[in-house]
Amino acid sequence: MLQQVVNGLTLGSTYALIALGYTMVYGVLRLINFAHGEVYMIGAFTGLMASQIPGLPFPAALLIAMAGAAVVGVAIERIAYRPLRKAPRLAALISAIGMSIFLRNLTLAVMGPQTRAFPVPFEVRHFSIGRLRINSFDVLILVTSVGLMIGLHFLVQKAKIGKAMRATAQDMETASLMGIDVNRVIAFTFAVGSALAAAAGVLIGMNFNAVEPSMGMMPGLKGFVAAVLGGVGSIPGAMIGGILLGMAEVMGVALLRSEWRDAIAFGILALVLLIKPSGIFGGNLQEKV
Amino acid sequence: MISPYYYQLLVITCINVIMALSLNLVTGCAGQLSLGHAAFMGIGAYTAGILTSVYGVPFLLALIAGGVSAALFGLIVGLPTLRLKGDYLAIATLGFGEIIRVTILNMKITGGAFGLRGIAKEANLATAAAAVFLAYWTLMRLMKSRFGRALTAIREDEVAAGAMGIDITRHKVLAFVIGAAWAGIAGGLFAHWFRYLNPSSFAFARSVEILSMVVLGGMGSLEGPVIGAVVLTYAPEILRGASDFVSRYRMFFYGAILVIMMLVRPQGLVGAGVFRNGLRLPEIHGLRGSKARRMQGPKLRTQETAKDSQQHAFAKGLGAAMPGGHRKGSTGTGVRQRGGDQHADS
Repeated sequence: MLQQVVNGLTLGSTYALIALGYTMVYGVLRLINFAHGEVYMIGAFTGLMASQIPGLPFPAALLIAMAGAAVVGVAIERIAYRPLRKAPRLAALISAIGMSIFLRNLTLAVMGPQTRAFPVPFEVRHFSIGRLRINSFDVLILVTSVGLMIGLHFLVQKAKIGKAMRATAQDMETASLMGIDVNRVIAFTFAVGSALAAAAGVLIGMNFNAVEPSMGMMPGLKGFVAAVLGGVGSIPGAMIGGILLGMAEVMGVALLRSEWRDAIAFGILALVLLIKPSGIFGGNLQEKV
Repeated sequence: MISPYYYQLLVITCINVIMALSLNLVTGCAGQLSLGHAAFMGIGAYTAGILTSVYGVPFLLALIAGGVSAALFGLIVGLPTLRLKGDYLAIATLGFGEIIRVTILNMKITGGAFGLRGIAKEANLATAAAAVFLAYWTLMRLMKSRFGRALTAIREDEVAAGAMGIDITRHKVLAFVIGAAWAGIAGGLFAHWFRYLNPSSFAFARSVEILSMVVLGGMGSLEGPVIGAVVLTYAPEILRGASDFVSRYRMFFYGAILVIMMLVRPQGLVGAGVFRNGLRLPEIHGLRGSKARRMQGPKLRTQETAKDSQQHAFAKGLGAAMPGGHRKGSTGTGVRQRGGDQHADS
């Protein structure tokens, strides 16, 4: 049982990292960034290529992956979303799903469909505490994601750009009247969200030892479910939602058959939408007129 | 007689046209993005295929049963997600499509990954064409009815539509269920033409293909989805000989089509069709342009706010804000600004 909790925590913290990107972008733009799962995938690929550079330590490879994904995220916003910011929601949504398909298939064309192994840059050790078994991956995933989330918390709550982000999320027009460069804030939001997704991509790619072009789809969807569960637009909500989803999935697989792994997430989505659509920490979803 | 190759291509075109038309009702008319339309096609295909091959049900009855079962699933997916404002339907349908595919893969009666074999070849060009005409006719009647106008109003501004007394959830769910039903019927045709079903035929890629047809042709119009379906069914066949890359990376182009159309021509290739067919706008448009201005006198030209609210009333009443109108939008949100801008430009 305790073992399952640990597994759920590691899986959940990667969902939380992905969910943060969704929730931050949704917070400022009210848009589901469908290409977020692809950013996660590109992050994993970038990390894989960076880790193949001889002599490069793993944290540096992780940083390269995060930086690369941040650039991709900003580019996506610039090309596919910014021209449509004033457009009906449907247009931006279609553009987003188009971008997601485009990026996935571009990667497929460039990198090929085969699954690549992720070389492990350190020695994998196993620890046992009583009957609990933990390996280096679990520790790495937990430490990295908790570290990133703490960093994000300080960025959003204390830094000037974080304040600007919160102001933009609250009211874009008023924020721009107060002298905030909204475009810059939105680009920054995409950069941060994408970097977090890339970190998740590298960690998952390494843990499962598999990186391939369509790897972003399911984690992308589940990241969104986690964001909805916690309350779309809420940063602590995304963290809690991710961990809860990871727990539920691990428990569900232990109880049911593993084929239903993906169905659990969507069952949760349906339940949340039926019972409390605003999620655990969500505010009022009612549209302002 | 035409060669078997072209005959088959025509049948596939018919199936794709039905799919595009039915998705158009949900996405084009009601403005709700559905990314799992192929799943409904799959439900219809498997239901009809199993009914005829295992239970010996007559073809037409099985076709209708396929449509009904797809509609039922549409209700199950639509009810929780369409109650809310927002983009939950897109995610829910995307996830639903995957779950349906996995479920079919793991069921016994569907043949799992080996697929369902031994379906009789009941469909032909005549039945497929008849289904297209029936779909076109019913959807045309629907779009021109009070129900269709209510959907347009919901697409343009949900809050305003609700204030006008339209039951938003009921309309959205109904549109979604009707769209799912026609997708199920298209699936039944598919099953009885190809005589073999495989879950991968109804995966996410197929949903994207259909969405690309609707977007390319023109959302919200009647001709748009038809033209989009014809173009995107034939283009890969024509280009197949020319370049290996095109047929290999079809999805790459679909993704690009979706983004580029939204940026450059969101109303689609024949987007103007919305106005000609749906709401007969040109006449009224003329009124808006010159007569309305004369009627209102100088007040319109001097007072920006008055002008805006006038346009607002016009645009709202007629559902005039077209999908393409947004490019001229400057600040603010909603129909008000879009309607106003359109007018200012015309």
